[in-house]
Amino acid sequence: MSYVLTLTCRECGRTYPPEAEHACAFCFGPLEATYDYDAMTGRVTREAIAAGPLDIWRYADLLPVEGHGPVSLGAGCTPLVRADRLAVEIGLGELWVKDDTRNPTGSFKDRVVSVALTKARELGFKVAACASTGNLANSVAAHAARAGMQSVVLIPSDLEQAKVLTTAVFGGKLLAVDGNYDDVNRLCAELASEYPDWAFVNVNVRPYYAEGSKTLAFEVAEQLGWELPDHVVAPIASGAQLTKIDKGFRELVRLGLVSPLAGHDAEDPAGPVRVSGAQADGCSPVAAAFASGADHVRPVKPSTIAKSLAIGNPADGWYALEVVRRTGGAIGSVSDAEILEGIRLLARTEGIFAETAGGVTIATLAKLAREGVIRDDERVVAYVTGNGLKTVEAFGDTAGPTATIRPRLEDVTAALDGHLTTAGTTTGPVAGAVAGTTTEQAS
Amino acid sequence: MSVIVRVPAQLRNLTGGAGELDVPAGTVRDVIGAVEAAHPGIEARLLDERGALRRFVNVFVAEEDVRYLDGLDTSVADGTTVSIVPAVAGG
Repeated sequence: MSYVLTLTCRECGRTYPPEAEHACAFCFGPLEATYDYDAMTGRVTREAIAAGPLDIWRYADLLPVEGHGPVSLGAGCTPLVRADRLAVEIGLGELWVKDDTRNPTGSFKDRVVSVALTKARELGFKVAACASTGNLANSVAAHAARAGMQSVVLIPSDLEQAKVLTTAVFGGKLLAVDGNYDDVNRLCAELASEYPDWAFVNVNVRPYYAEGSKTLAFEVAEQLGWELPDHVVAPIASGAQLTKIDKGFRELVRLGLVSPLAGHDAEDPAGPVRVSGAQADGCSPVAAAFASGADHVRPVKPSTIAKSLAIGNPADGWYALEVVRRTGGAIGSVSDAEILEGIRLLARTEGIFAETAGGVTIATLAKLAREGVIRDDERVVAYVTGNGLKTVEAFGDTAGPTATIRPRLEDVTAALDGHLTTAGTTTGPVAGAVAGTTTEQAS
Repeated sequence: MSVIVRVPAQLRNLTGGAGELDVPAGTVRDVIGAVEAAHPGIEARLLDERGALRRFVNVFVAEEDVRYLDGLDTSVADGTTVSIVPAVAGG
């Protein structure tokens, strides 16, 4: 069953029935699913969640759908990896990486799309559509195929080749638009008025879609043994994911599924978890507003290798700013060179290959650690939300073989030139534990 | 001497169902004023009490967001299309 009461305008508070609508009919403010928390308290328990499937649908009672027969490829329950080597390099203490590269189509978008298309099917839609910077395209095409729905996906024509191919393969309609993401988004928003019988996952079913990102918070808390982290870092594109991570943690406290952190009570506005955001310098409207103390987000024209974050006019940017300010976090931004270094840093310390957005998160994590915003006495979680195989072009020819040699022993020795220690003498600490998603963690 | 204004579904109850309107050229503010004169009630949906564009209302002139241009003072030449679009997120 669903505990959703209404869709509520975040700007003016007007309420609407839970149907396919994303904008307030009065002020165009975004609509947000609101729940009957009193009815949920005591019924939504750790035990009930632990007995659920090993994917996001174990949290079905906290999602805005009926929940039977979800459209699912098994998104969620991705590893939470203790990242000791990375922590040492950037001067942090207890650091964890939420490895959301490990989703069915390689990004966190599988969480939100699974929720969006489940709701779309409940509402009777036969066609799934979206505007996308790539990850959403992959996921919508795949989940639509799974659900037996048709799909229409619109992307900027300059997208990474891997993201184009890994959308096209699922057989839906794929329209490459001459323009940037904001152009594609505007086109989709206009299409939504002309094709009301299509479920645009990030337009008319967005209130449901966005809620899927709460599972990024639910899983982290469950994987930490039903405890909250002190501080999380997430990338900002539209800003929706970051705001929903915060909402997820707040719901867990509200429902008594986790205790507030020491020094906080359940009503503390400055919490429950510090949330920091990460952007690329080439598209940093929210970071700029944070730095200047502005009360609005001024749109920019994106120019960055982090194409999955290249939203110049982020619809939830203002709300992301509010969350970060309320919780005492910060928003940093990093250059394209730092993004690539962030990808390499995560890869060589923890064996996780992230896409450019993950490079943004790791590089910003390191920067905020250097600045003392993220402290070494905090339990920190960094959200790495997309797989590096999707954005290999970002490296150009800067990643490749150490050397090309003849098949001869002496060539190997010469090529390595004493740079490796002899077999059996590894350096550094053994990599830390991987928190699983099995029920023993879910005490 | 007119421009086409594209109206989103959320406002079509005020335009008798019309998705496109013809109004005289001018600035974006003039265009909104002309739409208001023909279909009273629309202006309050687009502009806040101080007369600024509401945060989640996007207006595009020839496919360019007026927030990148001169806002409500952006001029709209004859024959141009003005699109009114609720902000949406994505990625």
